Amino acid sequence: MGVTKTTTEAEVKQTTGDQRIISYAEAGVEALREEMRRNPKIFYMGQGIGPRGGNFQQSRGLWKEFGESRVRDTPIAERGQTGLGIGAALAGSHPVVDIVFLDFVLEAICEIIQQASTIHYISDGTIKVPVVVRAAGGGVRSTGPHHSHTFYSFFMHIPGLKVALPSAPFDVKGLLKTALREENPVVFIEHKGLYNTTGHVPEEEYLIPFGKAVIRRPGEHVTLVALSLMVNKAMQAAARLEKEGISVEVIDPRTLAPFDKDTILASVAKTGRLVILDEAYAACGVSAEIAAIVASEGLFELDAPIHRICCLPAPHAFSPSLDNYLIPSVDRVVSEIGAMFEKKL
Amino acid sequence: MKPSTEMIFSFYRGMVEIREFELKAREIFRSGKMPGFIHVYIGEEAIATGICAQLKKDDYVASTHRGHGHALAKGVSARAVMAELMGAVGGCSGGRGGTMHLYDPSVGFLGSNGVVPPGILIAAGAALSAQVRRSGQVAVAFFGDGAVNNGAFHEGLNLAATWNLPVVFVCENNLYATEMPFEQATKNTNVASRAAAYKIPGVQVDGNDVLDVYEKAGEAIARARKGEGPTLLECLTYRWYGHHEGDPGTSYRTKEEIARWKANDPVQRLRDYAIRESLVSPEDFKKIDRDVERVIQDCAEFAIASPQPDISTALDHVFSN
Repeated sequence: MGVTKTTTEAEVKQTTGDQRIISYAEAGVEALREEMRRNPKIFYMGQGIGPRGGNFQQSRGLWKEFGESRVRDTPIAERGQTGLGIGAALAGSHPVVDIVFLDFVLEAICEIIQQASTIHYISDGTIKVPVVVRAAGGGVRSTGPHHSHTFYSFFMHIPGLKVALPSAPFDVKGLLKTALREENPVVFIEHKGLYNTTGHVPEEEYLIPFGKAVIRRPGEHVTLVALSLMVNKAMQAAARLEKEGISVEVIDPRTLAPFDKDTILASVAKTGRLVILDEAYAACGVSAEIAAIVASEGLFELDAPIHRICCLPAPHAFSPSLDNYLIPSVDRVVSEIGAMFEKKL
Repeated sequence: MKPSTEMIFSFYRGMVEIREFELKAREIFRSGKMPGFIHVYIGEEAIATGICAQLKKDDYVASTHRGHGHALAKGVSARAVMAELMGAVGGCSGGRGGTMHLYDPSVGFLGSNGVVPPGILIAAGAALSAQVRRSGQVAVAFFGDGAVNNGAFHEGLNLAATWNLPVVFVCENNLYATEMPFEQATKNTNVASRAAAYKIPGVQVDGNDVLDVYEKAGEAIARARKGEGPTLLECLTYRWYGHHEGDPGTSYRTKEEIARWKANDPVQRLRDYAIRESLVSPEDFKKIDRDVERVIQDCAEFAIASPQPDISTALDHVFSN
């Protein structure tokens, strides 16, 4: 095991020169493999994560290495598997419960919110609940309204839960390793559209602390806070807007709870403008919370109203023409940020 | 099974302690000093007592809203439970949890619960942990007839059966879920028969006979500990009072029915049996009664004197670390 340290992606590149490229799915598998080797209390259960390696290859090879006791397929019983995971955590294990499709977390949400998030507090700190609930959200390839949602705002709403929302392979690995060393329940939300994306993940061991946003691209004119896969769209939009003379600072919060408001407030103090890009709905969403934080604590830094770009308020449609219209597109981001600068783009 | 004198004393003391505790809790509640609302276990004492007598200290129990008896039987101190009912710092959950969130990991007590069926999943999960760790521990889930028509019952029993988890599911069938009679809640009122759906043993138990409970719990727990998987025990019983304090429990139950079950009192049955069999003398029971009375009086005084948590601690323990 290498030296464990907390670091940034840029620092790793500088110190190691390591430029290994792997996928978002592989990064998650690596995190699980390393932590399962390190900590025998960790076991992993979910639908199809055994010999098959997961719908998205998010558990590939783990069943073979760790066996069916520690990597176990479950029937379609989200509430049951989550409730058992929580019970196992109370008894000293560190389970990972894979819900696979984030939409189905609704089947289990009573256990996560009513049990997992409360027990440490209501036991006066005598019981820990180190369970990781893993799931993948997002609209990809027209999967319709039961397989496309981005349900995470309500986890941010609940005290006692930690929520990670990685957008890059580097972050998946570093944040999942942190989640597996947490003493608290963690909801770990990946994006189906990111599993096959690739990026730099060093061989050297590293952890990423929760509650530290990262500036993906520095800019001067507008702060663009983007979540999960929307970070990639934000980066594409920023590149196009740069050519139009608009310098966009892209911020990826990486975790929703704890939430790094300081990085956003400092950026807004510099740019004077805030846009929030979220694949989830606007109403009562994470975007609303970020807007409220900046309105409360950074209002006098703003030169323009806060603007939100979110999924339009309709159930996800099957037809690609409709769904691609509902979900924020790069074109829409370019157009709406352009409009803030009175440019028709 | 012929019980020893020690067992008789132990069962008797356990049941009387629960009963006197609950009577004292009602008294304090009615005086207006106790916050929230409570669900008392009077009439069902034989079940917690008989089951927990078969458990080791590090075995696990997950319980329900009617959980004071389970906590006491598993070894949580009466002082700590009563203080918790008062929301006081001397409570087993520091006053943060209350009657429906009693915890004491030092004796494997993984909580009473404000939601009806999740204890089934928590106990099965603790059993899963024990299986993965190969620790030899067993978990017990207590739940009422109100839990068995909920999806968590099915998911929990199915997973536990499929994985041969070391868990015993103890249904305390007291015939009513709040005010809903069981026969109006389901077509199949034989809970034990549902075990067949999971290919596990399902056993009906006289829940008002502590000796029957103890014997059948022993078989189920031994089976779990040997790695042979879960058992569903249906303990037939009755709560003497309403669903919660303040519900007289008489609008949906007849006086005759209540009287019939009160005549089937688990405490009196054990006394009668032991005296009839000349195992103990009435004087021995009186000695236990006096001792329990002292313990309960002490726990009430402790609980009432225990201060409320300081508001400076209101945000403590939201997260560990």
